[in-house]
Amino acid sequence: MAKIVVDVMLKPEILDPQGKAVAAALPRLGFTFANDVRQGKRFEIEVDGEPTAAQLADVEKAAEKLLSNPVIENFTVRVEK
Amino acid sequence: MSLDTVATAQANPDATQPFAELGLKPDEYARIKEILGRRPTSSELAMYSVMWSEHCSYKSSKVHLKQFGEKAVKTDALLVGIGENAGVVDVGQGYAVTFKIESHNHPSFIEPYQGAATGVGGIVRDILTMGARPIAVMDPLRFGPADAPDTRRVLPGIVAGVGGYGNCLGLPNIGGEVVFDETYLGNPLVNALCVGVMKHSDIKLAKAAGAGNLVVLYGAKTGGDGIGGVSVLASETFESKGPAKRPAVQVGDPFVEKVLIECSLEIFAEDLVVGIQDLGGAGLSCATSELASGGSGGMTVQLDKVPLRDPSLSPEEILMSESQERMCAIVEPSKIARFLEICEKWDVTVTVIGEVTDGNHLEITWNGELIVDVPPRTVAHDGPVYNRPLAQPAYIDAVAKQVINLPIPSTADEIKETVLKLAATPNLADKSWVTDQYDRYVQGNSIQSQPDDSGMVRIDEKTHLGVAVATDANANWSYLNPYEGAKLALAEASRNIATAGAKPLAVTNCLNFGSPEDPGVMWQFAETVRGLADGCLEMGLPVTGGNVSFYNQTGSVAILPTPVIGVLGVIDDVRTRTPMSFDRAGLDLYLLGETQNDLAGSEWAYMHNQRGGVAPTADLQREMRLIELLVAGRTKKIFTAAHDLSQGGLAATLTEMVLRYNTGAIVQLEDVGISLLSETPGRVVVAIEPAQTQALSKEAADQKITLIKIGTTGGDSLVINDAKISLTELRTAHTETFVKLFG
Repeated sequence: MAKIVVDVMLKPEILDPQGKAVAAALPRLGFTFANDVRQGKRFEIEVDGEPTAAQLADVEKAAEKLLSNPVIENFTVRVEK
Repeated sequence: MSLDTVATAQANPDATQPFAELGLKPDEYARIKEILGRRPTSSELAMYSVMWSEHCSYKSSKVHLKQFGEKAVKTDALLVGIGENAGVVDVGQGYAVTFKIESHNHPSFIEPYQGAATGVGGIVRDILTMGARPIAVMDPLRFGPADAPDTRRVLPGIVAGVGGYGNCLGLPNIGGEVVFDETYLGNPLVNALCVGVMKHSDIKLAKAAGAGNLVVLYGAKTGGDGIGGVSVLASETFESKGPAKRPAVQVGDPFVEKVLIECSLEIFAEDLVVGIQDLGGAGLSCATSELASGGSGGMTVQLDKVPLRDPSLSPEEILMSESQERMCAIVEPSKIARFLEICEKWDVTVTVIGEVTDGNHLEITWNGELIVDVPPRTVAHDGPVYNRPLAQPAYIDAVAKQVINLPIPSTADEIKETVLKLAATPNLADKSWVTDQYDRYVQGNSIQSQPDDSGMVRIDEKTHLGVAVATDANANWSYLNPYEGAKLALAEASRNIATAGAKPLAVTNCLNFGSPEDPGVMWQFAETVRGLADGCLEMGLPVTGGNVSFYNQTGSVAILPTPVIGVLGVIDDVRTRTPMSFDRAGLDLYLLGETQNDLAGSEWAYMHNQRGGVAPTADLQREMRLIELLVAGRTKKIFTAAHDLSQGGLAATLTEMVLRYNTGAIVQLEDVGISLLSETPGRVVVAIEPAQTQALSKEAADQKITLIKIGTTGGDSLVINDAKISLTELRTAHTETFVKLFG
């Protein structure tokens, strides 16, 4: 069984209010390491056996149609074993 | 990286510039060169191109819109008129109210949630900029057919965006419209209205006066939002590679806006600003050039001081960025310390970016080099003005000749079926699915909201002074006759204020049309403005401001002409308002106003795909007498309930009334089919205690308004002649439509 991972992030130029809120909260809790934080989401999709090229192409399509909003977000698809 | 400075522009006068890609016509580009006596720098070109766009310069609409000023009624109620960020009207007791409606149509089609959300954010900042505390929002929305796949994409996103932003700000959403028509498929209309309140002395204006005063930018940092168009410049001017493509979509952060509101109001309360402007469309280009034009014209800005979210932004992009939640203030040097202190308290980023000068040029530098040197009025106000050709479209005569042929119910079964069908049709069905996503009661001052005729908020908790606002458009009528359509929308919105007993006071408008380059569309627009200006003059209502949205079309098909008219009214004591419905048996129901055979442009005709016929003519004198009657009915405590008739005619009005408090009615109608379906304007259903019969007759006779008794209240059904519809089945029909479509 393999896992296909889709990471979705807001495009770098787009304002990320959630990331900004996290970045502002960190120093309040004493964590001073962060210059900036961007928050995204991650999908883990389980498939039987080694993912085929066709399956990956389908995941790409699904990521574009459903998992992400391509107007404001980018995504990456990769296989995790 | 090569910077295009004024010196470079002088040294290299013949460089080719991508003016066409920025939307400028060759003669407009030539005019910029003439104004400056040289070619513009790329930053100047960016500023001119965006400020001279249709959206910012009103270049196609200006020649028509000036009628609002020319035909305007003289009224002491108008404290600030057209031209500022929003008009301000006196509502008594020392209070002033500002309200305005704007469109955010195109962004909401591309990215429904953020487009609608930033639409709310933008109009709220306009109201804040006048010095007022925003107290309520409203959103008239229009979509393609309810069952179209794209409507399922845009509607939920837009509704969630309106709710998301407004709810986070803690502003009640007190009404609006949701209308479906196939011409809005691919062109959804998202209009946003905001109301704000202040004391007379708190009014703020957009002007940069007083040499030596500081130009202060505060609020969110500047990022690459909404600058898709200018990327042309960046890519042509610079070898460096920034992000490949700048997004045209802006993302808002309502919590930043909330803080910005509170921070600004504290700054205003301490009288720390000379002038103020919010940053909306065209961002800093607009704010700096408008502020400078509002004063003597002289201003210097050090653009490199602008705090950035994305350090790769070029000066051109910073000038164009439409990043949300930013404000620009003019502050006297003696007050800047306190200004900065308040911003720090609210954790708002604040930067002094420039200074007012005694010159007459707006000069912008980038790391010490002069990149913009322009007379600001030429950017902000002296843009091109087009007297575009207009011609009555061929369809106007054709539709006027069409005879409407509709099934008219007469038997009990037919009446029942018709009423249930109308109750369930998406344009008339219960809109709770939409409005339940909005906070209607936050702040605790909401008196009325959807499904009432108007939204009403209390503005003084001791005296109970309140304001009511309604927005209306009947695009079907505007399509048949744009002149009458505009007047009828004005009449309807005014009536919706008056049914509660409030007195209409001022008008705002959001004029949504197709392409102004189409002479037919331009004619619709010109007729609409003429109708609205004539109507406002006749009714004695000033137009306080508004917005024009052109290019709402797909290919050669334009949307129906859709002038959304917002009317604001005042009520001295909200506790005495007339509710829209009755909650007990034994009341008499009367119809005010005569019913004609007005099926052209009606909802029943639309449901049968008939768009022809002749629109009704607005009788504004009668409307004004009706308004007098409605206000008197409240103050003299004659009415128990009053509800307007509009789309869906008497059938829709009765449906809404019996369902509101779950109290039935027994109604007897002559010519029942036409009585139920006709949409003759200027009509209202009122419920009174039988003891008030004489008082009502007298008031109606005084105002020469036809009065017909149509029935009584009570029971658990809506009974119309022989047809009996239980409230349960009527409610099911009325409420399940949206849930089925979008739920």
